[in-house]
Amino acid sequence: MIPYNFEYTRAKSLSEAQTMLAKNPDAKLLAGGQTLIPTMKMRLANPSALIDISNLEELSFIRASGDTLTIGATTKHGMIAASADVKRMIPALAHMASHIGDPAVRAMGTIGGSLANNDPAADYPAAALALNATIKTTNREIKADDFFTGMFSTALEDGEIITEIAFPKPDRGGYTKFCNPASRYPMAGVFVAQTKNGVRVGVTGAGPGVFRVEAMEAALAKNFTPDAVANVAVASGDLNSDIHATAEYRAHLVTVMAKRAVEQALAA
Amino acid sequence: MTTVSMTVNGKPVSADIEDRTLLVYFLRENLRLTGTHIGCDTSQCGACVVHVNGRAVKACSMFAVQAEGAQVTTIEGLARDGKLHPVQEAFRENHGLQCGFCTPGMIMTAVDAIRRRGAMDRETIRYELEGNICRCTGYHNIVSSIEDASKKMSAA
Ligand SMILES: Cc1cc2nc3c(=O)[nH]c(=O)nc-3n(C[C@H](O)[C@H](O)[C@H](O)COP(=O)(O)OP(=O)(O)OC[C@H]3O[C@@H](n4cnc5c(N)ncnc54)[C@H](O)[C@@H]3O)c2cc1C
Ligand code: FES
Ligand code: FES
Repeated sequence: MIPYNFEYTRAKSLSEAQTMLAKNPDAKLLAGGQTLIPTMKMRLANPSALIDISNLEELSFIRASGDTLTIGATTKHGMIAASADVKRMIPALAHMASHIGDPAVRAMGTIGGSLANNDPAADYPAAALALNATIKTTNREIKADDFFTGMFSTALEDGEIITEIAFPKPDRGGYTKFCNPASRYPMAGVFVAQTKNGVRVGVTGAGPGVFRVEAMEAALAKNFTPDAVANVAVASGDLNSDIHATAEYRAHLVTVMAKRAVEQALAA
Repeated sequence: MTTVSMTVNGKPVSADIEDRTLLVYFLRENLRLTGTHIGCDTSQCGACVVHVNGRAVKACSMFAVQAEGAQVTTIEGLARDGKLHPVQEAFRENHGLQCGFCTPGMIMTAVDAIRRRGAMDRETIRYELEGNICRCTGYHNIVSSIEDASKKMSAA
């Protein structure tokens, strides 16, 4: 498996990466490479240049300040999973990070890469949506509600680089997923987060993109217990059907995962 | 072409390679270190795991140019003075392999897990082995080997 050739550059600063990206519309950022490199090996992506931002210290950090947890874009899954600040502020996020792929993927893969890629079965988009995160880029700040625009697509414009993600600390949060036994990506993953302003529920894996379930949010706002969502079903019409599971099965999984996510939030 | 330089198993190495050269091909074909294996096309099997700056990563999912300046350790770099590394020794004692294809990756993953966690129970070992696939053993003796090594190494 050998990708098409390209020219590799290790960016020395964020501004250098920005300039290089602006000069060559065919170039792509390389962060952990755990999605981009497998895709290039399959020759499904063939950028003419890669701009490596994984070594930029300025984008790799975890900062807890007041009720906000801010994570730099090139922070690796493994660092988020192991961080005392993340475990204290949003334990469900640390738990989620510790179950992405495997240890070697977590040693390379980054939160910014995962959000930018917006794989319909990726874990972080569910957390970003449920926790009402703000995605900061080189140009602006984007609310999670406006960031994920569909399968593998986001509000990012050409040349725009994610720099950090700000997560408000919830009162409670929980995340559970049911994994495809081969790929280990979720077939349905549900993140629930309770704050003073209400409850948000983010679902990944089940549909063509991450989405919220308002009926569950309303039920949980009144009564934050697993029973409150036990009878709330999502419509299967918009969900994925493939060799792994039908849309009806995925719809069922969403309810079961939501119950378990609430259980986890209450146990934390 | 780019000139890439790194330290592999303690020795400085340097070569002119295409930027698209995956680290695993650089190790196997340029350096002839064929202990690092390629078992899949999908970044899932872990046969290619090596250490880059001390952390276990998949050499099939990283370009050699990304390892510029790095310290790389492969399975060939574990034994010291003709003596097997304790994890290698534990695989030998516990019959932790059959065909041996997955073994280099298993051992490199295990060494990294033991460095991070010290002595591990069987459940933790299975969690750490999420990214390593074995088609022969059914994993039982691999888990036993790592359990044994992790206990001996933490006691030492
Ligand atoms: C075996 C395996 C199992 C996996 N299992 C899971 C799983 O269970 N759940 C899960 O969620 N993921 C999983 N992944 C994917 C993994 O989490 C990736 O690390 C992640 O999706 C992409 O992050 P990256 O840093 O590797 O990005 P890259 O692969 O480097 O980049 C991905 C895309 O994002 C762009 N990009 C990167 N950084 C930025 C930035 N800062 N700003 C703008 N654009 C950017 C790149 O140009 C590219 O288009 C798995 C991967 C593998 C190989
Ligand atoms: S060859 Fe690297 S994961 Fe299979
Ligand atoms: S011993 Fe044969 S693949 Fe593991």
